[in-house]
Amino acid sequence: MLHLHRPSKALVIALGVALSLAATAVAQNRAPEAPAPSRPAVAPKKASEDIKLKSASDFDNIKDEKERSIAIFEETGKVLLNPRCVNCHPAGDRPLQGLDMHPHQPPVERGQANFGVPGMMCNTCHGPNNVKVIAQSDDIKSIPGNPNWHLAPIEMAWQGRTLGEICRQIKDKDRNGGKTLADLVDHMAHDDLVGWAWHPGAGRKPVPGTQKQFGELYKAWAATGAHCPDS
Amino acid sequence: MITFTLNGQKATFDGDPDTPLLWVIRDTAKLTGTKYGCGIAQCGACTVHVDGTTRRSCITPISTLDGSSVTTIEGVDGPEAQAVQTAWRAIDVPQCGYCQSGQIMSAISLLQYTPKPSDDDIDGAMAGNICRCATYQRIRQAIHDAAKTLEG
Repeated sequence: MLHLHRPSKALVIALGVALSLAATAVAQNRAPEAPAPSRPAVAPKKASEDIKLKSASDFDNIKDEKERSIAIFEETGKVLLNPRCVNCHPAGDRPLQGLDMHPHQPPVERGQANFGVPGMMCNTCHGPNNVKVIAQSDDIKSIPGNPNWHLAPIEMAWQGRTLGEICRQIKDKDRNGGKTLADLVDHMAHDDLVGWAWHPGAGRKPVPGTQKQFGELYKAWAATGAHCPDS
Repeated sequence: MITFTLNGQKATFDGDPDTPLLWVIRDTAKLTGTKYGCGIAQCGACTVHVDGTTRRSCITPISTLDGSSVTTIEGVDGPEAQAVQTAWRAIDVPQCGYCQSGQIMSAISLLQYTPKPSDDDIDGAMAGNICRCATYQRIRQAIHDAAKTLEG
């Protein structure tokens, strides 16, 4: 039950005629799917196929410390390069969406504070939590959310970069928000927005492993010299 | 019990906390100016203001609004709202009108933050408000007209 006093001022211009536009608007921004081969030689990998994240201890058998450090970092690449992460670290001024990394729909812009533009800021749609939609929808089951929802600054763009490039980038204080290595480990292990990638809401596949596991990999990487892959 | 402000009046809601704000506005408060379009935050028809910025009410659980101030098309006021209303009427922006409540709420918010918007500012602010009648050119013109009015 809602209790309130009715407002006196009316500014209602809208008249009711049903819209049937949302599904069309979404469909127009999707490329048609390529036809499946009639006789595939091998079973194609499904997008939903599980990729396991190894634990830090799984690399103990690599005796050379630098090699071990690089191998650990490469393992974290299963998360870093996952669309769940890269989609909000785009190289341009528009976030991406979905495992196919299509441009965000509606067509939002980065804005000066990486939080959208006046009239269309991130929190116009993204609240403090993931929200299951009530509407019938084939592809959008929930709207993702986090209290700190925003786009990574352009100097933190990962889209199109190799794992080695990203590794050097996230160690660079000029391109990582001024973080020390210890800050970086803590960020990966505990940041709530980073953690969203493991809990992305209904209709989205989470990144592999757990944030705890991911954080331990970073701790082990830092402890072994924080070496980067060449490429 | 959720306590919030609706168009300047104190309101409480003691139903299912997952109830979307749009349902509370339309079905419970009987303020039907805000429209249901897609239900998945893709069309903008349900746009209201929450704590001074635009919000898609169809995907906003009422539980997230405790202590918040919600303004709908029925309650929006101030110089930007007046200027937008005048400009909209002057050139008959709406065609069927269904999306216009959401369009107007976005336009007012834009002008509150950006009093002299460029075409790019307008496109950025209005990108999430779809109009099936394609009144986009008149919407853009009316926002420019409203901005001129606000210059005084």
